[in-house]
Amino acid sequence: MLDQTESYTTEDGRTIGPVVMEMKNITLRFGGVEAIKDISFDIREGEIRAIIGPNGAGKSSMLNVISGFYVPQEGEVWYKGSRRPPMKPYQVAEQGIARTFQNIALFEGMSVLDNVMTGRLTHMKTGMFWQSIWKGKAEREEIENREVAERIIDFLEIQAIRKTPVARLPYGLKKRVELARALAAEPTILLLDEPMAGMNVEEKEDMSRFILDVNDEFGTTIALIEHDMGVVMDLSDRVVVMDYGKKIGDGTPAEVRNNQDVIDAYLGVAHD
Amino acid sequence: MFYREAGDFSTTYAQDQQTFPIKFDRYRYYAVLFVALFVIPFVVNDYWVNSLFMPFLIYAIAAIGLNILVGYCGQVSLGTGGFMAVGAYASYKLMTAFPDVSMFIHVLLAGVITAGVGVLFGLPSLRIKGFYLAVATLAAQFFLVWLFNRVPWFYNYSASGQISAPERDTFGILITGANTQAWATYTFCLIFTIFSAIVARNLTRGSVGRKWMAIRDMDIAAEIIGVNPLRAKLTAFAVSSFFIGISGALFFAIYLGAVEVGEVFGITKSFLVLFMIIIGGLGSIFGSFAGAAFLVLLPVLLKIVGVDWLGWPTDIVAHLQLVIVGALIIVFLIAEPHGLAQLWRVAKEKLRLWPFPH
Repeated sequence: MLDQTESYTTEDGRTIGPVVMEMKNITLRFGGVEAIKDISFDIREGEIRAIIGPNGAGKSSMLNVISGFYVPQEGEVWYKGSRRPPMKPYQVAEQGIARTFQNIALFEGMSVLDNVMTGRLTHMKTGMFWQSIWKGKAEREEIENREVAERIIDFLEIQAIRKTPVARLPYGLKKRVELARALAAEPTILLLDEPMAGMNVEEKEDMSRFILDVNDEFGTTIALIEHDMGVVMDLSDRVVVMDYGKKIGDGTPAEVRNNQDVIDAYLGVAHD
Repeated sequence: MFYREAGDFSTTYAQDQQTFPIKFDRYRYYAVLFVALFVIPFVVNDYWVNSLFMPFLIYAIAAIGLNILVGYCGQVSLGTGGFMAVGAYASYKLMTAFPDVSMFIHVLLAGVITAGVGVLFGLPSLRIKGFYLAVATLAAQFFLVWLFNRVPWFYNYSASGQISAPERDTFGILITGANTQAWATYTFCLIFTIFSAIVARNLTRGSVGRKWMAIRDMDIAAEIIGVNPLRAKLTAFAVSSFFIGISGALFFAIYLGAVEVGEVFGITKSFLVLFMIIIGGLGSIFGSFAGAAFLVLLPVLLKIVGVDWLGWPTDIVAHLQLVIVGALIIVFLIAEPHGLAQLWRVAKEKLRLWPFPH
């Protein structure tokens, strides 16, 4: 077992840093239903961590625990070496955790650029008074953050649509804009909830490329939920497998693929 | 062709994000400003100021205020009349308590006081949304009017229960009372309107405005990207009430001079301002002006056409106005929910190429 604070190098030469987030014995209940049962796993700096599992396994609930929507009844979330007290989602965002949603949650009434700029909100601190004057402090801050937002827009190749209202965009582009908004926050950890749901093969390839590039260029740690096994096995460094709220597997894609419990969960098992 | 943007290139982000990035728009804006500030004050008379300019300018401020809350932050409010009354009574109390202070200060302070009251009545917005919030603000409307009717301290124990503005000046020029001059009251209101529009524009194009719009479009996603919903909603209530308070103070102190609260700041006022922003365009500063102009001009136009030209009885024309406004609300809600402002945007897009098809 590897030390928490140590870095290591994978077989294909990727350097994975120390543990940045650790979930310890998380249990989440909705009334009598246990959505997550006593799950522990960690996320290391710079890695791509996948959470997979059949429908209703509790993957999205897990992501919601990380991003602060749900407060687990039991267990602890450790982030950057200290225990995280129960937090509101906007406080979690302040700590450098950004996410996208399974069904796109963009601000439909705003342009692409404005949507990406909302991702910068945690970095914009000018008070209302200076903003009402605009000239000076507020304008400077706006331009600084605009530069970051434009870098992201450039990176994800959505320059041509930056002034288009989001409501007019097709599905695949909306997904990309949502990724741009999350990236604009320059997060430590990026949570992706089914980034490739409902996409065709080419769009999936594009999205996979973007995810790898983000991880590579910005060094962003990524935790993602995905159903497409091929994509998961290709992209991720380590995989957590969940079924009925329990963790049934954890390890590299190769390890997980040969895990008997995982095979049973996915292919079904004969009860005789 | 008619509407030219050819040759306008932004080379910096500052240029790209200014209010009027297109030269044509910018010069028109300067022209309007010039006429409003340096031409109209020298030619206006009492009739024009009292029947057109003053109500337009004051309602425009109220519409900008309500638009920030409803159009930008998505919190429906029916308490506009009540908040205007707060502004009116605050300015009245200030005017009588500190006779020597400039009217500018009084009006601004009235706005600040209304902002405080607005935040108080905005607190329920954290728990309730949409329809239910509208009803909660409706309660504010009735409560505030009742308060100003029933507590004699607010109207300085006057026998009639009314408040009437004493004569006050700013920089030695009489602004309130019976002996004011048309150009002075006009300019005073105009300054506040320009101030409100610029501040509202600056707030809505920056990070504060994006927080409001994020809350409006999807509050869950807003929270996940780091918007504190409590603060965003309350600042929207505060800024909105600030402008509405200013408009209430101007409406009472300068436009009417004397006010009976139930009559002037009743629920009909709330609806009037709401109709202005629906017809003008939700989430648009220009729409606030367009809506205010439309609903101020409509009765005047109808009166000229109906009574003066066609010789109809006055009451029929007055009822006709209600019918037309009602019908227009329905038409706009169905056909163009973004109001006159959107029609204007579409027209501009068409005019870029007109008269050529491509």
